[in-house]
Amino acid sequence: MDKIQIIAIIAVAFFIGLIARFIVKGKLRTEYSIIWGLMGIIFLVFSLWRRSLDLLAEFFGVYYAPSLIFIFFFFMIFIFLIHLSVVNSKQHEQIKKLAQEIALLKERSSNGSCKV
Amino acid sequence: MASLYNQLQMLKVEGCSISPLFINDNSTDATCEKLMEMNVQFLDNPINIGIGGTVQLGFMYAFEKGFDFAVQMDGDGQHPPKELHKLLQPLLNSEADVVIGSRFIDKVGFQSSTLRRLGINFFSHLNKFLVGASIKDSTSGYRAYNKKAIFELVEYYPDEYPEPEAIVYLTNKGMQIKEVSVVMNERVMGVSSIRQFSTIYYMIKVSLNSIFLHLKMRSNG
Repeated sequence: MDKIQIIAIIAVAFFIGLIARFIVKGKLRTEYSIIWGLMGIIFLVFSLWRRSLDLLAEFFGVYYAPSLIFIFFFFMIFIFLIHLSVVNSKQHEQIKKLAQEIALLKERSSNGSCKV
Repeated sequence: MASLYNQLQMLKVEGCSISPLFINDNSTDATCEKLMEMNVQFLDNPINIGIGGTVQLGFMYAFEKGFDFAVQMDGDGQHPPKELHKLLQPLLNSEADVVIGSRFIDKVGFQSSTLRRLGINFFSHLNKFLVGASIKDSTSGYRAYNKKAIFELVEYYPDEYPEPEAIVYLTNKGMQIKEVSVVMNERVMGVSSIRQFSTIYYMIKVSLNSIFLHLKMRSNG
């Protein structure tokens, strides 16, 4: 086993451990646990079975195997970032709406006092 | 703030009773305590939500209380309350749903800097191009609305630098907008929310917002 493979396996183990910790602690919503869990498994396969990347590259007709990694993960990260921007925009609206409702409620319940 | 309130209190418009509302957008200074001390109607935001959300909150309040009209006015002394009757008159006569106080119709009072006027002009033309609204003082925040307009504003009000975009929104909603001449002052305190560095960003953002909003509203019919 090459040095780099050992490093890769350790890194993947760390990554999976991190994800598992977040899932157990309930800090990740299920949909994100699924995405990151799948990522962990994909990483694990690539680090344990080195030839998998070459086989995959051959299958897609990619001459330089590592470029497959770049193209695949660039694409995934892009999609995921767009998704997060959408989520963020929605939450921005929701938080604003909540704050407005709270301000109105505060006025109704205590008729003009600062803080709650 | 206190002087503005005093001016508002003394203000009388024929046939209307006025109920001033102050909103503290989670200021870190003692704004809220000051408002309590003054014993006025006010709302206190639990978090900072910015100018758009805060102004919209005022409309929500007016809507909830069932007010006939709502007026928005800068608190920094730029908008003299004694000019208010000019804004309300077209609403009382049912000539318009929205009335915007303008510095540029009769060109009296504080006229702002050349650069700012250039920007304001740009938005005027953009609005004209998008919705055919010919509002000269497109960034003026001295505005009065009737019940119909308040209802629409509770539904949507832009977040940041909302004034020019609101014209696009309200016109698309079929509101009649009228611009009347008012005399404005130079601001006596505070700084504009539009500062030097962010001017270009501001222009681009408001333009894009207006265009996006217009396209969205057109496509939704």
